[in-house]
Amino acid sequence: MGKSLRREEAGAAVGNGSSGLVEGTMRGSFPSRNTVTDQTRIRNFSIIAHIDHGKSTLADRLMEKTGAVSERDMREQLLDSMDLERERGITIKAQTVRLDYTASDGEGYVINLIDTPGHVDFSYEVSRSLAACEGALLLTDAVQGVQAQTLANAYLAIDAGLEVIPAINKIDLPAANPDRAAAEIVNILGGSANDIVRMSAKTGAGIDEVLETVVRDVPPPQGDPDAPLRALVFDSYFDAYRGVVCYVRVVDGHLGSGDSLRFMATKEVHDADEIGFLTPKFIPVGTLGPGEVGYLITGVKEIDRIKVGDTITEARTPATEALSGYAEPKPMVFSGLFPTDGDDFEKLREALEKLRLNDASLAWEPETSKALGFGFRCGFLGLLHMEIVRERLEREYDLDLVATAPSVAYQVTMPDGSVTEIKSPQDLPESIDRQGVAEPYVKAMILTPSEYVGPIMELATKRRGIVGNMNYLSPERVELDFEIPLAEIVFDFFDLLKSKTKGYASLDYEPADYREADLVKVDILLNGQPVDAFSAIVHRNGADHYGKKMTGRLRGLIPRQLFDVPIQAAIGGRIISRETVRAKRKDVTAKCYGGDISRKKKLLQRQKEGKKRMKMVGSVEVPQEAFVAALKVDDDS
Amino acid sequence: MTPTEADAYSTSAAAYVHVPFCSSVCPYCDFAVVAGRDDLVDRYIDAVCTEIMTSESWRPLEAIYFGGGTPSHIDPLLLGGVLDALSLKHGISADAEVSLEANPEDFDATRATALRSLGFNRVSFGAQSFDAGVLVALGRRHQAGQIESSVRAARDAGFENVSLDLIYGTPGETTNSWSDTLSRAIDLDPDHISCYALTVEPGTPLGRAVRDGAEAPDPDIQADRYENADKVLNAAGHTRYEVSNWSRPEHECRYNLNVWAQGQYEAYGNGSHGYRDGVRFRNIRRVDAYVRAVESGKTQRSGNDVIESWDAEIDRLFVGLRRVVGVAPGPGVTAFLTSDSGRRLLDAGVVNMVGGRLTINRPLLTDEVHRCVIDLEAPECTPTQIQ
Repeated sequence: MGKSLRREEAGAAVGNGSSGLVEGTMRGSFPSRNTVTDQTRIRNFSIIAHIDHGKSTLADRLMEKTGAVSERDMREQLLDSMDLERERGITIKAQTVRLDYTASDGEGYVINLIDTPGHVDFSYEVSRSLAACEGALLLTDAVQGVQAQTLANAYLAIDAGLEVIPAINKIDLPAANPDRAAAEIVNILGGSANDIVRMSAKTGAGIDEVLETVVRDVPPPQGDPDAPLRALVFDSYFDAYRGVVCYVRVVDGHLGSGDSLRFMATKEVHDADEIGFLTPKFIPVGTLGPGEVGYLITGVKEIDRIKVGDTITEARTPATEALSGYAEPKPMVFSGLFPTDGDDFEKLREALEKLRLNDASLAWEPETSKALGFGFRCGFLGLLHMEIVRERLEREYDLDLVATAPSVAYQVTMPDGSVTEIKSPQDLPESIDRQGVAEPYVKAMILTPSEYVGPIMELATKRRGIVGNMNYLSPERVELDFEIPLAEIVFDFFDLLKSKTKGYASLDYEPADYREADLVKVDILLNGQPVDAFSAIVHRNGADHYGKKMTGRLRGLIPRQLFDVPIQAAIGGRIISRETVRAKRKDVTAKCYGGDISRKKKLLQRQKEGKKRMKMVGSVEVPQEAFVAALKVDDDS
Repeated sequence: MTPTEADAYSTSAAAYVHVPFCSSVCPYCDFAVVAGRDDLVDRYIDAVCTEIMTSESWRPLEAIYFGGGTPSHIDPLLLGGVLDALSLKHGISADAEVSLEANPEDFDATRATALRSLGFNRVSFGAQSFDAGVLVALGRRHQAGQIESSVRAARDAGFENVSLDLIYGTPGETTNSWSDTLSRAIDLDPDHISCYALTVEPGTPLGRAVRDGAEAPDPDIQADRYENADKVLNAAGHTRYEVSNWSRPEHECRYNLNVWAQGQYEAYGNGSHGYRDGVRFRNIRRVDAYVRAVESGKTQRSGNDVIESWDAEIDRLFVGLRRVVGVAPGPGVTAFLTSDSGRRLLDAGVVNMVGGRLTINRPLLTDEVHRCVIDLEAPECTPTQIQ
């Protein structure tokens, strides 16, 4: 092969690459960190679960149990390192850790735990993480039972050809009902309820059994050690000192430090400056063999030059075929972000660029709004992603932002038959200037206690959903499948679903297709001037209701001004509803004599600061919240 | 009153004396007042006299105002003692306006005669309303009939300047009861009338009640009442000269004209605020703490603000714009007219330029104008000024 397998720390070549089995992995001892590990002693797996079902706590416990992290160093949820992740208890970026474990058979194993994001918005990242594994531990909360993301993740894992190992967590809780959860799991995966591991990540009960089951049931990798290198980039992040750090899974062949590497999707060639394991500390090594998981640093500084899902091969002896599955993550939801203070435009651009260093899925283009000035039209993977980005911009970059109501991308057929994609309602041509409009549909899946089926059907139908299968997981729990326009769920659908089901239903969705629909643009006029940021694309049948709702809401949200402010909703030139915010008549301090001057000035100053959250739209002062709050959930939606 | 006359008050010397004692505290009141501490009255008045005698002497006072609290609640001789101290320390001009606030239930013929003979020549009654229901809602202890008898007592005792305070927009008040209050007030032929919108102040019993769901005054109804008052009072010969004040010709309150013209005024007593030699100062708010401070020879001041030149210009607009005559041209007015929010107010007709003066056209929107005024920035120095 002409390639030596190096462990630089060991200072010696170890093995010839053709055996794939390397010295130093003696029975009864751990595979050495200075040698390539025999594939039979490797287990690569992910934990997949619905949000809050205890994935991160289990990961922590596994690290503690295998000594990857001492109890003393243990921070709760070590893998969730971003502040926001910790706060919300969710994982946004996947992380990975190598665990050394001596199983009950006396053998030492290397278990690579590849953490996955826990939310539907990040399903692309989940699927990349799963592609790096042979098995997945499906964790279900003993109290809540199977939820929508449990199911969605289980399907992702099955589709990826993984061995799915079910486990029931939180059995220590008084309300735990592990038997019910087990029955639901059997309904999805088959098998026997008795084989399901029951554990508590909190108390540590059943953790040994989890590790034993992983060793026993997760198949070892079966890469070809003699084939040209193929390694999957399953995640990447930006480090201020080291540049882009890739997480990689070697499938075939060997990845050596110093090798010249070709990234097959981007066609770029970079040197492997450093490779190694995460324990979770960075441990540099000379070579990663087939089946191994680790990190790669190439010196690349721009995150978008490294694509998650790309296949790495050797530049000199490249593989002919890339690993399957690279796809550009596609933004689904779009929203305008505008600085309240127009002077902050550049600051916002810089902040977005910095955020993008760690979030290649974030996309934006400059947008100019007559109402809001200069800003950016941003594309997000989903609603949570949008919320997180906005919160990080405001919190970490100290920006004061106005966000417009989220919308989706429409496909407009122009008079000449060409199709253009529009991401902002303002860009929708008048009906005479287009042949048609198509909107994105999603396949949605709701898991709910059966008593809420009626209200959910009603909600879905109102939102133009087409109900498909209804599948009883147990007498009490139903899986409802339906197809629904994405635009109908991007805003308040999830909140409504939660309120109609007392919080018990869960939702997951995946993109389906584009469908023609009779859509119109409803404009909102303040004081006679259209406010582009309030425009929305809605179905013709819902336009009147939408117009009335919006004008009514805005009447409540816009404070009284020095003059009457008419609020109108219009389709094209036709006004469909109108409200008026009456002019303010009284805003005066009744008494102001010698004693009050200083106090009065302070009071007015405070009122003034409150007003900074206002945006001047033409001559009308509009509170920042109005841009989103106008569309907020209510009972009649 | 001409603008020139109004502005001339900027050079007068005035003094405020606070008398915090009340029989009971009204639920809407957030002034520095106290009920049930009449045991402190003598010591308090001693402290006020001490404060006067230890203050820096000034020129003869042209306007003196005893506010409260309820000055009429305490022995007139004690108030006379305070006047003596003021006279000794600063002197009192022969034609000075000497005002006190009084509650109708306190003001009988004996008290009226005593106060008049001590030197008081103007009395301002806390009448508030002639509607029995509104008086109860406001926590007042008097009845409508007592307003009439106390005004008569004042006139009989020789008070040539009588003012009535009225409150409008109290929940429960009706259009008719407000009209009735106005006409009964006018029937008493006062020289001066103040009409105040009931204001909900946080921290007062009314504030807490509203916070807990009680009906709050409706600003639109209050605007109606205000406009009604202005019309009725004008017809009766009372001209508005400030946001909440109307008077017959030549009967404006001179003490307050001094404040609004950015004149200087001494202040004595707890919680009082004064302005002298470019410094705004305030006294300790609690009665007992104030008395102890004075008695022990410590400072009774709780704060000082030195008003620098641009702040003084802002203040000139801030207080002056409350007057119907508005303010004379100056750098503050220029800054206002060149600011975005100032121009908006001008375009919306809230303010106006009249004879070169900036005036408020819609007094009910004064706070809108004030929020703009407090943010005005000093103009850049011109090159010639730098040289």
